[in-house]
Amino acid sequence: MARVLFCLPGLGQGFRASDFCNIMERFLQYSISGLSTGSLYALVALGLVLIYRSTRILNFAHGDMATVGTFFAFTLLGLKIPFGPSFLIALLFGGGVAMAFYFLILIPAQRREATLLGQIILTLGLGLIFQGLISYIWGTVPQSFPFPLSDIKVWKIGGVVISELGLGALGVGLLGSLLLYLLVQRTRLGLAMRATSENLPAAQTLGIPTRRVLAISWGLAAILGVMAGIILAPALLLDPFFMLEPFLKGFAAAIMGGLNSLPGAIVGSLILGIAESLAGGYISVAFKNTLAFLIIIVVLIIRPEGLLGKEFKERV
Amino acid sequence: MDLIESYREELRLIRKPWTGFWVGMIFFAVILLPWFSPEYYAYIATLIFIYSIGVQGQNLLIGYTGQISFGQAGFLAIGAFTFGHLSRLGSPILINLLCAGSAAGLFGLLVGFPSLRLKGPYLAIATLGFGITVYQILANSEILSGGRMGLSVPKLTPFLGLTKSMSIYYFNFFLFLFFTLFSYNLVSSYIGRAFIAIRDNDIAAEVTGVNLARYKLLSFAISSFYTGIQGGLYALLMGYLEPNMFTFMEAITLFVAVIIGGLASVEGSIFGAAFVILIPQIFSGYKELVPVIFGVTIIIVLIFEPLGLFGRWMKMRLYLRNWPFR
Repeated sequence: MARVLFCLPGLGQGFRASDFCNIMERFLQYSISGLSTGSLYALVALGLVLIYRSTRILNFAHGDMATVGTFFAFTLLGLKIPFGPSFLIALLFGGGVAMAFYFLILIPAQRREATLLGQIILTLGLGLIFQGLISYIWGTVPQSFPFPLSDIKVWKIGGVVISELGLGALGVGLLGSLLLYLLVQRTRLGLAMRATSENLPAAQTLGIPTRRVLAISWGLAAILGVMAGIILAPALLLDPFFMLEPFLKGFAAAIMGGLNSLPGAIVGSLILGIAESLAGGYISVAFKNTLAFLIIIVVLIIRPEGLLGKEFKERV
Repeated sequence: MDLIESYREELRLIRKPWTGFWVGMIFFAVILLPWFSPEYYAYIATLIFIYSIGVQGQNLLIGYTGQISFGQAGFLAIGAFTFGHLSRLGSPILINLLCAGSAAGLFGLLVGFPSLRLKGPYLAIATLGFGITVYQILANSEILSGGRMGLSVPKLTPFLGLTKSMSIYYFNFFLFLFFTLFSYNLVSSYIGRAFIAIRDNDIAAEVTGVNLARYKLLSFAISSFYTGIQGGLYALLMGYLEPNMFTFMEAITLFVAVIIGGLASVEGSIFGAAFVILIPQIFSGYKELVPVIFGVTIIIVLIFEPLGLFGRWMKMRLYLRNWPFR
């Protein structure tokens, strides 16, 4: 598009037009690659928001759950199982692990009246356990993840280059977000989820099986995380800590968009992805993460509850 | 736990003669330790002293004031590198330590400002951003971090005719003692009570006349001062510094120590520090499983003993004192 609009041969009289066209091209290039990273952050952020908004728990084990799922897929692929089935089984496995955590650890803790901070720290403990077990079982040596889409094959749209993998990431990110949107807004289960997050005691009185609904929310969140993990694994190398940075970014994006708003998570992630890519391209790759966090801190100082979020009012 | 009859008694550190006896015994045991034990044990004890200072600082922030911070690794790095650069210039150690603590404290004040508007997870991410920023600036600036070889820091010169390991042991022990006593006094002063009021309910605290802005910032500043001191002492013990010592995992370890030791207790901080130092030493053959042990302990502690190791200790004492009645 850019080339068609700005770079018609007849138009390129002076150096100014071609200069402008180069600048635009570069800008679009960075934006597109940022968009494809951002859509993966969106998957991570959506998982975090899904849990936060129904239980007010920040899931610090989110990245590690995704890592477990990805390693599981890696093992399945090693057993010569085709990519499609292993992808699906890994998603279900991740979801199952999250639901098991909810039923086996979180509910007993709630029965013993654990505080909110206590429950958040429980997820931190779970994350540490996963981290240790993954290093113990699969080792800490980085491995390459076999993936049907390649990182090297590129598509050229106008003057903008995007790799097959980047396009796939964008597709999976958008598809995941869309499916989640349909689930939450258009199904009975989604209605129950919204009711539970809106007002737990009222939902219980109305006969909604809130415990099951919350367990499904945990499972869904983990599935989204594993999805992001499997797409990210071929680009980054697979090691026990490969999800730490995407997790922190997804976390930051969710905070920026507002922790209890699903659209906010997507908006925040896309903004973060693009900002990071632009900062990496124009300023310095070394300070990419720093700049991303600076943006978030500035946003938070101006709007403490995030871009689209609404925090609950507090009373004494 | 005990029946307290007057305010004087409440302020007293040691309330029962027998407690005084046991504390005295422990004090002498710790003083005599390096004379009778292998050098390795004294080294581990030194590490525990250093770590306890930082964990106490973190506990003042998390346990007493109720503010979550994941930027502790950043303060640690600031303290350590301030100390490192100053001692390379040749200035005396105590002044360097003071500067290390103050530099970290100043940054703590700076990071504390968002805490006036942000709560819970939002504050966690702002502090996390700070930690990552400090790490990246250090990792990318050779002048600050000392380049690829790391920054070498002159070690402590032995004093009073003691051996090298003994002098560093006593130096850290007395600093640890100083900061522990300071923490005890702080938490039973007006400032400590203001912190606790903010933790329990900040709106209610403000209504009863606690200046929220001042005490939240003060809490951040004091906590980072402690962490900065920990960083400086760590630099002195290790003798070299590199940015990789101060990653996100370091912040998590401090956090774990506070939780396992027990929120809002000074003794708990010491237990917690001992735990996170001793476990990797005991399980040195299974390095990968150390996080698993931390995680499992956290889950057990939170489900069965929310007050941490300190809470378990108090219950044991109560049981023994009342034995055979219950």
